[in-house]
Amino acid sequence: MTSEETPVGTLPGTGALLDVRDLSTKFDSPRGAVRAVSNVSLSLERGQTLGIVGESGSGKSVLSRTIMGLLPRSTASVTGEIIFEGEDISGFSDDQYRQFWGTEMAMIFQDPMTALNPVMKIGKQITESLRRHMGMDRTTAHDTAVELLRSVRIPEPAKRFDVYPHQLSGGMRQRVVIAVALACGPRLLLADEPTTALDVTIQAQILDLLEDQQRERYMAMILVTHDLGVVAGRAHKIAVMYAGRIVESAPTRKLFADMKMPYTEALMSAIPRLDAPPHTKLSAIRGRPPQLVNPGPGCAFAPRCPYARDLCSEERPVLRPVEDDPDHLFACHYPVDSAESIEIKDHLRAEQMVAEAAGGGDSDGW
Amino acid sequence: MGLLRRLLQLIVTVVAVTFFSALLLQLLPGDPVEVLAPFSSEEQRDVIREDLGLDDPFVVRYAGWLGGFVTGDMGNYYTVSSKRPVSDRVADALPISLQLMIYSQLISLAFAIPVGVYAAARKGRIFDKFSNATAFAMLAIPNFALALLLQYFLGVKWQLFPTSGYTKITEDPSMHFQQMVLPCVTLAVGQFAVYMRLLRSDMIATLQQDFILLAKSKGMSSRRILFRHALRPSSLTLLTVAGLSVGTLIGGALIVEVLFQIPGMGLMLAEAIATRQMVAFQSLIAIVAILYVLVNFGVDLLYSALDPRIRHDRTR
Repeated sequence: MTSEETPVGTLPGTGALLDVRDLSTKFDSPRGAVRAVSNVSLSLERGQTLGIVGESGSGKSVLSRTIMGLLPRSTASVTGEIIFEGEDISGFSDDQYRQFWGTEMAMIFQDPMTALNPVMKIGKQITESLRRHMGMDRTTAHDTAVELLRSVRIPEPAKRFDVYPHQLSGGMRQRVVIAVALACGPRLLLADEPTTALDVTIQAQILDLLEDQQRERYMAMILVTHDLGVVAGRAHKIAVMYAGRIVESAPTRKLFADMKMPYTEALMSAIPRLDAPPHTKLSAIRGRPPQLVNPGPGCAFAPRCPYARDLCSEERPVLRPVEDDPDHLFACHYPVDSAESIEIKDHLRAEQMVAEAAGGGDSDGW
Repeated sequence: MGLLRRLLQLIVTVVAVTFFSALLLQLLPGDPVEVLAPFSSEEQRDVIREDLGLDDPFVVRYAGWLGGFVTGDMGNYYTVSSKRPVSDRVADALPISLQLMIYSQLISLAFAIPVGVYAAARKGRIFDKFSNATAFAMLAIPNFALALLLQYFLGVKWQLFPTSGYTKITEDPSMHFQQMVLPCVTLAVGQFAVYMRLLRSDMIATLQQDFILLAKSKGMSSRRILFRHALRPSSLTLLTVAGLSVGTLIGGALIVEVLFQIPGMGLMLAEAIATRQMVAFQSLIAIVAILYVLVNFGVDLLYSALDPRIRHDRTR
């Protein structure tokens, strides 16, 4: 556990906070190895937000749990490097991770209904890590916990300290989960679909709260979601995941301005837009997420991709930078703005117009 | 559940249990007096018949017993040479059975909880497999066989504990506990196996919950996660079954009481059946039933202590 030497060139407080290199996570299953995460590389600066976007089954939750070191060691095998503050933590034991959990990195879970211990008062669930990591005595921990509850905007925090989770609403519980995660001042917060289980009206409140807390504490955050809309205005960078791989990553503005990957485009058109004419149909992505056991040689998205050609199912496209922009990476043979794809897009649009003109036709297309 | 409803439940249980057990006893062949006092004169027999109400119809006899029982008269207990009020005998026998029950419960829980918790935490690994195999072996051994084995090895061969007898704790505490070791261990072994398996499977389910992962991601130690976070929500089934087995342990520890010569309720019940003493038998059964209901009332109170969700449902 004692860090005997500081790696050369990585003084604490400089460089990226988190640098993930070529990370893969496999699970053993009776049908063969499930490659939940394959060759993922990403980096995150201090105080910044990285959005990881993908459908269910894209490996985004496994990725965040791999970074946290929370996967059961008996079933998950992890390769690659997870460099946190200049130190590779990927080979850490639970005991070593325990020094990191809570104080360096913390996690927020999807479902606040199950994330809190039902038989423990919420105050206690906050103070136990304060007492363990910060060595606080009972009264200091109590006062700090009340302050934390106040900072996540729970009304009457001193009174709420002694209630059990089931006495709170879902939104309130998620605030408690956030307070638990923030208690020991982590430098990295992993939020795994933090608003998916909440009412739409609460979602924005929770996201705003996370953003405020992040700014106040100068904390980096990985925001995992299936909803591009959630990360659109909040993340500095976005990585789109499909079938366990990053298929496109870019600073948020660039991604929205110039998306290359047909999957990103498909995710985008699944978000309702305020500027679209009324009654515009949202398009769904055809088919299902791919299976992760024995994947074929080609692009995993090819079977569902409207622009796919023969090459796509034969050879997997590598993640490559956009010309003269090393920050924007994508993995596609025929990106959305390539001549081949535009041709298909025009063709599809023409077909749809014909169908609509013929009346009676379902504008959905399938 | 309100206290009134509890009381009603208690009454219904006691009446039902004693009525049907009396009915069963009624079916046994033979004249009870013949069994009780084989060498007595006809006058003595008439006195006994009168006392036990043997000439009355069954229902009248039952009603008579019930009337006596609720006013504190539990009838007389006959032996070949004498008769004593049942209440006197119960005053001797009940504490013994309760001690036997409490000690064996404590022993089985003291082992079942840590073993169950660690077996769940190490599911599928050597400790888990070993403890499961041991538990099945323990379940498979009948009480009497285990009692004889323990008596032979620990009692006779290695002279570690006395093989039989009972001494009051007030008379000689050291002797009391020495004598209680073997019978309590005999009873505890089977209980341990059941409790351990129950706790293990509930723990395994609990350990897959998100809140366990949250506790882990807070940097809590495994021991704290197991015992402070996972144990309490996993212990409701264990508690239920522990409560239910109290009845068995008070009245049904017959074989153990016989083999270890412990004058508890089980021994007395068996004697009462063998000698067709309906009045005494009904009284004993009623006492066991009352204790059973009371203990399970206590278990219900413990539920709400263990799980605040139940507590708040009730006050709502």
